[in-house]
Amino acid sequence: MAETPPAYARPREGTQPPYLYPDYASTVKRAPTRPLIHFEHTLSEITGPTFASGWAGPAATDLTKQPNGEPLGERIIVTGRILDEDARPIPNTLVELWQCNAAGRYHHPVDQHDAPLDPNFTGAGQAVTDDEGRYRFVTIKPGAYPWRNSPNAWRPAHLHFGVFGGGFVTRLVTQMYFPGDPLLQYDPIYQSTADRDARERLIAAYDPNLSEPEWALGYEFDMVLRGRDATPFEAA
Amino acid sequence: MVAKLIPTPGQTVGPFFALGLDRPEWSDLTRNNPAGERIVIEGRVLDGDGAPVPDALLELWQANAAGRYDHIADKQADKKLDPNFLGYGRVATDAQGRFQIKTIKPGPVPGRGNALQAPHIGVAFFARGLLRQLYTRIYFADEPANAADPLLSAIDDDSARQSLIARRAEAGAYRFDIILQGDGETAFLDI
Repeated sequence: MAETPPAYARPREGTQPPYLYPDYASTVKRAPTRPLIHFEHTLSEITGPTFASGWAGPAATDLTKQPNGEPLGERIIVTGRILDEDARPIPNTLVELWQCNAAGRYHHPVDQHDAPLDPNFTGAGQAVTDDEGRYRFVTIKPGAYPWRNSPNAWRPAHLHFGVFGGGFVTRLVTQMYFPGDPLLQYDPIYQSTADRDARERLIAAYDPNLSEPEWALGYEFDMVLRGRDATPFEAA
Repeated sequence: MVAKLIPTPGQTVGPFFALGLDRPEWSDLTRNNPAGERIVIEGRVLDGDGAPVPDALLELWQANAAGRYDHIADKQADKKLDPNFLGYGRVATDAQGRFQIKTIKPGPVPGRGNALQAPHIGVAFFARGLLRQLYTRIYFADEPANAADPLLSAIDDDSARQSLIARRAEAGAYRFDIILQGDGETAFLDI
């Protein structure tokens, strides 16, 4: 009889956003209308891509290093650990980052916001976590920008992050926000997670110890991925 | 007992994810010349109005031709790893909501207990308007093992079950559409 390794835990009620959330208008025509099919994890769910061998390409962790000059904006350092629910670090996992520029415009043809492009800022990076599960990026603080979800709606400044973790079901794509942003209370994407403690995981912490004098402000942003349902026996 | 940490909530990939996530070469899982039957899977993504979804991303995870995952938790010593096959892919939809994947047909993999799962590819699906990813699977219509597959067998609704099965189209390609709402709505998994 084949032994199935332990499954990953399922999120507690309210700690993840729902698929249908009408305040975010685009969910209305895209959220499934049928109940999802509950299925116990198999090898197909608990395995997933690993990145230790570097196949995903070289690290690109300093988004301010550009061939023809520096981007405009407030220089920031964003660092943190990728952890599971038991606070165990997840090494060798890919962290992908993308963002708009300091004026609130993405280097993307679909973005028609009337704000300047920055010829010295593309806004994409990637890292693989170290043995302590840590990543570190240098970038600029993105601007807020308007969107058409509702009249006069503005997205709070945010970084987009994608992380893998140990299995196909640990995959996380999320957004990091900045502490004290007055736009957060009006933003349906941020507000879509009902549980306040879960939601506040999306806000980075300003850390003066991470700031580098005369150079950049430091933020700490840990991301927590689904953990194991049952802790397997560990040899001492 | 130490309290568990709450996992970070998902947040939508938004309309501009191509900037960080689109890696066109990753849509070809055969790029390193793995062993196995070469297949092409083509499809479209449609929303609740039947309109194409031009800003969606599929991520794929599958076993190699022998039915083994390239991962430490897969301990099937009787099946060989393929050094030329990672099993992970990614493809974004185009302006018409279409996508195309090149890969190899995976072998069958163990299910829970004594069950065997029919060959399948796991799909994580992202789009603007999805606050977190959806999961589904791609099975293959001409695969006899489908009849005993634990997931397919557990789905009573015929339309939902059929939505997971890629059909043979012209020129040998498989056809697999993702329909987010309405007639033929894709079955998504709570995993």
